[in-house]
Amino acid sequence: MPQDTQNIDALFKPAAARPDDKEKISRESVTAFQDSWRRLRQNKAAIISLVILVIMLLLAIIGPWIGHHNYYDTDYGAVYQKPNADHWFGTDKFGRDQWARIWEGTRISLLIAVLAAALDLVIGVAYGAVSALLGGRTDNVMQRIIEILTGIPSLIIIILLMMVMKPGIITIMIAMSITGWVNMARLVRAHIMKLKSQEFVLAARTLGTSTSRIIWKHLIPNTIGIIVINTMFTIPSAIFTEAFLSFIGLGLQSPMSSLGVLINDGFASLNTQAYLLLYPSIVIVLIMVTFNILGDGLRDALDPRMRK
Amino acid sequence: MKRYIGIRIIYLILTLFIISTVTFFLMKALPGTPFDEEKLAQLPQEQKQMIYASYGLDKPVFTQYVNYIKNVAKGDLGTSFFYTGQKVKDIISSRLFPSALIGLQAVLLGLAIGMILGIVAAYRHNTGWDYATMIIAVLGVSIPNFVLAALLQYFVGLKWGLLPVAFWESYPSSILPSIALCVGVIALIARFVRTEMLEVLDQDYVTTAKAKGLGTMRIMFQHVIRNSLISVITILGPIVVNLLTGSLVIENIFGIPGIGSLFVDSIKMNDYSTIMGITIFYSAFYVLVMLVVDLLYGLVDPRIRLASGKG
Amino acid sequence: MNSLLEVTDLQVSFYTYAGEVQAVRDVSFSLGKGETLAIVGESGSGKSVTSKSIMRLLAKSAKIKNGSIRFEGKELASLPEKQMQNIRGKDISMIFQDPMTSLNPTMTIGKQITEVLRKHQNMGRDAAAKRAVELLNQVGIPNPEKRLKQYPHQLSGGMRQRVVIAIALACNPKVIIADEPTTALDVTIQAQILELMNRLQDQMGTSIILITHDLGVVANMASRVAVMYAGKIVETGTVDEIFYESRHPYTWGLLASMPKLHEKSDELQAIPGTPPDLSDPPKGCPFAARCPYAMEICYEQMPSYTEHTGTHRAACWLQDSRAPKVERPLAAGGER
Repeated sequence: MPQDTQNIDALFKPAAARPDDKEKISRESVTAFQDSWRRLRQNKAAIISLVILVIMLLLAIIGPWIGHHNYYDTDYGAVYQKPNADHWFGTDKFGRDQWARIWEGTRISLLIAVLAAALDLVIGVAYGAVSALLGGRTDNVMQRIIEILTGIPSLIIIILLMMVMKPGIITIMIAMSITGWVNMARLVRAHIMKLKSQEFVLAARTLGTSTSRIIWKHLIPNTIGIIVINTMFTIPSAIFTEAFLSFIGLGLQSPMSSLGVLINDGFASLNTQAYLLLYPSIVIVLIMVTFNILGDGLRDALDPRMRK
Repeated sequence: MKRYIGIRIIYLILTLFIISTVTFFLMKALPGTPFDEEKLAQLPQEQKQMIYASYGLDKPVFTQYVNYIKNVAKGDLGTSFFYTGQKVKDIISSRLFPSALIGLQAVLLGLAIGMILGIVAAYRHNTGWDYATMIIAVLGVSIPNFVLAALLQYFVGLKWGLLPVAFWESYPSSILPSIALCVGVIALIARFVRTEMLEVLDQDYVTTAKAKGLGTMRIMFQHVIRNSLISVITILGPIVVNLLTGSLVIENIFGIPGIGSLFVDSIKMNDYSTIMGITIFYSAFYVLVMLVVDLLYGLVDPRIRLASGKG
Repeated sequence: MNSLLEVTDLQVSFYTYAGEVQAVRDVSFSLGKGETLAIVGESGSGKSVTSKSIMRLLAKSAKIKNGSIRFEGKELASLPEKQMQNIRGKDISMIFQDPMTSLNPTMTIGKQITEVLRKHQNMGRDAAAKRAVELLNQVGIPNPEKRLKQYPHQLSGGMRQRVVIAIALACNPKVIIADEPTTALDVTIQAQILELMNRLQDQMGTSIILITHDLGVVANMASRVAVMYAGKIVETGTVDEIFYESRHPYTWGLLASMPKLHEKSDELQAIPGTPPDLSDPPKGCPFAARCPYAMEICYEQMPSYTEHTGTHRAACWLQDSRAPKVERPLAAGGER
């Protein structure tokens, strides 16, 4: 068709400069945070876990008030009641309402775990960062100390400490943190050491960037990921430790409530009143599972290279 | 290599020394005594002194400490406060067998199942097998072992009556506790092997093996699985911790006369010397395992073996 | 020249969460017996993917969408995996880029050489070990008996690459695909390895597909060259045709960016811009956006090949009779 040939012929002339084309990137650019969030949202298991966790958190806060009873009132007229309209999760051997006790216990367990994780975070990050940033002899000494601490089975030390201190929220938290920060310190140090030798940091240094700017602009933003991920795994392990201590009789004591106390009480009457063990067990397993899945999801989202 | 082992042993002794010291002073800081306070109060002063003297409690704390460390160095962990007249060392060794049996069964079972699950999950990456393994792994690390033990006891033991629920009578008594213990091990290993193997599958040398025209199974066994399993040795440390912790509660739940239940009982009885003895025993065990792990790793991985052989 | 390997209209795509990435788009070439074909291009041009497709060693996320790969009359693109295993390592073998990672660190050198012999040549342990010693001698590794018992990390990079070559040669393959065989090596070692490959090819008459981005290596080794850009072969010809008669502006750019020792020049010439995103390839010529001679038509339609000689063709609108005449620049071998 001559018309077409005409058109094509007309196209044989130098093209106007299209400067945009050279640098055009067809996908829109996203910040690291948006990118992580998008990857996390695609992880269905992690999102479901997040939702369940939020529900549990809400119940831990308001749960004790939406039932008909508080967590410490005994009622000898209503002991060992199976779950019913008045006592949604039944009652224990003192006639205490299990619904209120479980959510009160969840709150205490979460509180202990979050506080312990926060303490680990503060000590661990400070220790690891100082060790990595100062380097040299200081780093060497600090690493030897860590090496010895990791040689000690931490749970044994926690048990001994709990024997000495009066059981309570603060003491459990302290006992767990005395050994718990080591892991965070090692991770943070290793990560900063790795970053320090990486080219973008070397490049920043070559360009004359000040040390404090390198720390704030390069090292800290790039370390936050592993700190968040590690904390996500510290919390469930702290919940476990609290429950473990209460189970062997070294944690909180009745009438205080925690998931460990409830499981311990439930185990005592397992043969006849299985529900006393079942409900707190379900709650603790749900919390541990959702935290672990969410932690995995965050790790994949924040560091796609580690994704498997 | 010799130098390296030497340094490691110095560390080991230092660690044990620190643990013994910490344990000793923590026990000294405990409120109350291991004795029945009310009965003790009724005794005449002289008899009280005699009882204290027989345990060496009449001396200044520092002298007690020096004596204690000296004895520990000689392998003497002292005399129990509760089981009167019995040596802590003897009590521990009399309780060793049940704990060792259950622990060993749990490790072997956990290793076998965990490795198989991890390998299958990585080989069938992103399929139902993989997802099922990951679910098992997450549940395994998430369900507290004492909850699992209690549930096993309730369902398998009480409701269905399949296996003995408690007490140490015959071999079947060891099955439920071993299962309760091994679930955590399975989860740890399956997860680790899976990650490790996925990493190896991405390595260039696996492509080389494929380019040689080797069969899938040969590549898997000769190149991939071998190299993935080498580093499983490195997580034996956490696994041992997992087992020690687990044994404390699980032996109690199933009424097993092992070291774990002895430890928890001693805590309840304020039996200081036994608590200290088991603490040191556990720590020594843990530190030794970590040393063996290190040395084994050097033996299995040629890169490390030769590197340290030169130095 | 009868052709041993014939690739026609090959299309390979990666399927990522961001969508389909068309890594190789309608690539055709052939390889004759005893010939060395160099595939040249910058990273991401699809040259490695092409070679992996021939070996059928693509990652799981990649798929051969279309096209055929015929080797001695057999269609490799659809060959069952079992039969493909009998071709890999025996008829077609491969040399990889990085000798530091392409050998199994926990297996002795000997085992890694003998396992390919035992698979394809049905050799026993002793026969395979004897052949392995021969092979190591052939690739110039001193003390072969001792080396057989060693692990990869005990060898230098150059020695390891010789081992990789020995493995590739083990079964006297008809085709060797060398994917950037010298990129990871020191310059002095590079020359040794290239010389070794040249010598072995003369001795054994093997055909080689050489994947590289280094035109210096091409000049040393190849008889024919295919220039790839954005998943397409933009120009192909004999070495002389590419170095002295090239027609495509991208080839000119490549030649101009090659540092020259004997010519005094103040600066290296680079090709400005970056290759297009292959998850959304342009409808016209992929090089148009970077091409100093680009015309309106270049953005609209992909040019077809223009044959210059029986061996030389290029895909560029400048070859069209309607296009303005453009002189090949001096730096790319143009007339003085």
